[in-house]
Amino acid sequence: MDLTDIINLTYVIAAVLFIFGLKMLGSQATARRGNAISALGMLMAVVATLLTKGIAFQWIVVGLIVGAMAGAIAAYAVKMTAMPEMVGLFNGFGGLSSMLVGWAEYHLHPESPTFTMISIYLAVLIGGLTFSGSVVAYAKLAEKITSRAVLFRGQQVVNASLLLVIVLFGVLFITFPEGAYTLLIVAIALSLILGVMAVIPIGGADMPVVISLLNSYSGLAASAAGFVILNNVLIVAGCLVGASGLILTNIMCKAMNRSLANVLFSGFGTVVTKALKSAKGEVKAMSPEDASLVLEAARSVVIVPGYGMAVAQAQHVVRELGELLEHNGTEVSYAIHPVAGRMPGHMNVLLAEADVPYEQLVEMEAINSVMPAVDVAIVIGANDVVNPAAREDESSPIYGMPIINVDQARTVFILKRSMASGFAGIENPLFYYDNARMLFGDAKATVQALVNELKSI
Amino acid sequence: MILLLFIFILAIFLGFELISKVPSQLHTPLMSGSNAISGITIVGALIAAGSENDTVTIVLGTLAVVSATINVVGGYLVTDRMLAMFKKKEDLKK
Repeated sequence: MDLTDIINLTYVIAAVLFIFGLKMLGSQATARRGNAISALGMLMAVVATLLTKGIAFQWIVVGLIVGAMAGAIAAYAVKMTAMPEMVGLFNGFGGLSSMLVGWAEYHLHPESPTFTMISIYLAVLIGGLTFSGSVVAYAKLAEKITSRAVLFRGQQVVNASLLLVIVLFGVLFITFPEGAYTLLIVAIALSLILGVMAVIPIGGADMPVVISLLNSYSGLAASAAGFVILNNVLIVAGCLVGASGLILTNIMCKAMNRSLANVLFSGFGTVVTKALKSAKGEVKAMSPEDASLVLEAARSVVIVPGYGMAVAQAQHVVRELGELLEHNGTEVSYAIHPVAGRMPGHMNVLLAEADVPYEQLVEMEAINSVMPAVDVAIVIGANDVVNPAAREDESSPIYGMPIINVDQARTVFILKRSMASGFAGIENPLFYYDNARMLFGDAKATVQALVNELKSI
Repeated sequence: MILLLFIFILAIFLGFELISKVPSQLHTPLMSGSNAISGITIVGALIAAGSENDTVTIVLGTLAVVSATINVVGGYLVTDRMLAMFKKKEDLKK
């Protein structure tokens, strides 16, 4: 067995470790070990590559040190609320790297066979699009630019022609590889523009879909880079990521009852809906004192947190409330909508950070089946995901979206700053239901007041 | 070439199989963990950065190594940080 065989064998082992690692990420008991195993696979792939004959180390070492330091600092400094933009940014760097790999390979071997040329073009294109798209997503999520959808007249036409030009350039690039350097540079610029154009029309509430999709792209870019350098481990690993990103994208779309095309092109969140079937009845407010008495007597309580809870930084005091209720013999669980937060599963991470036990984090379907037996549902900073109009009002823009059926609980507490409508600007008839009570004010202050009241009982 | 495409197709199916049953509680770490795996493009970056003879390739390659390393190191560490937060009731009591 010579060195090349050993290197290739190590790549195979690395791919196997990625597969096991991903598998183990699917269960809370094994997830952390799974992540470590996948990291080990990565380390082996890197070491194997460095064993390749004729590799000069000086620049590699510089690159590795700079990248590792930047990555580690970012990973430890980032707040859990900022996780979506962090993951988006990391993702963008992955895309950038695949783009540069494709470019470097073309620079080194400008006259490659057609198959390689196609791969180079795809790696550069998808990589570039992932990079600029992720940077825009980062800026939106971090609110460095407006998180609303940015739309203008003829946007679709511009994007379609952009795509057409890119395809055209691709054909030219592949047909005439020798003189194609300019084409490649222009294609890079165009792919960067396309990434920006693809993400700006998407509103803040749709970000979970975009982040998942960009994640998928970064995997596909790596896979394309694998076809460029004819390396199996890149193809397999990139493909796994591509598939996982697509699945998450699909789950997010289903949870919003919208097609991917609708999310990508419609600019949801800018549409100002007219007051539909304006809800009847009156809103019943409740004071924290009265609410705490109801909670004290409740046997089961479900807390439904939305992104508003994270904005108010209320997760720690919410956990305190949950603990107090548990001490009181109440059964407490947290019901989390799949699209709550700004990326898939984001709300679960925020609650876990606040030391909410994993067992109490419940998926939407599981909680809905027991909702009629729940004494009190407490909605904190969530709105559209508990809007019964999604179930009942066919004229509602969110009709058909799966929701957490808090209206079926015996009593619903809704913590809300005021009566203004939610992010998507949709009226919520839940507030007028007979079993609904509004607790007005800042979410954190209200929960704190509940905690204080319960302590004094 | 055909063999590579074959591997590509099989890996897609494998990916779908692996991920489709992950509970939604773990979606964020799953995403950031798989995101770290997409940093595998570091292999291509290392090869480009290590080619001794050409300045442009070295510049492009080194930049690629930096970005891929940020993706890999940051991705794995942040995933680990998150997963360490998911605790069962008995762990919390300790």
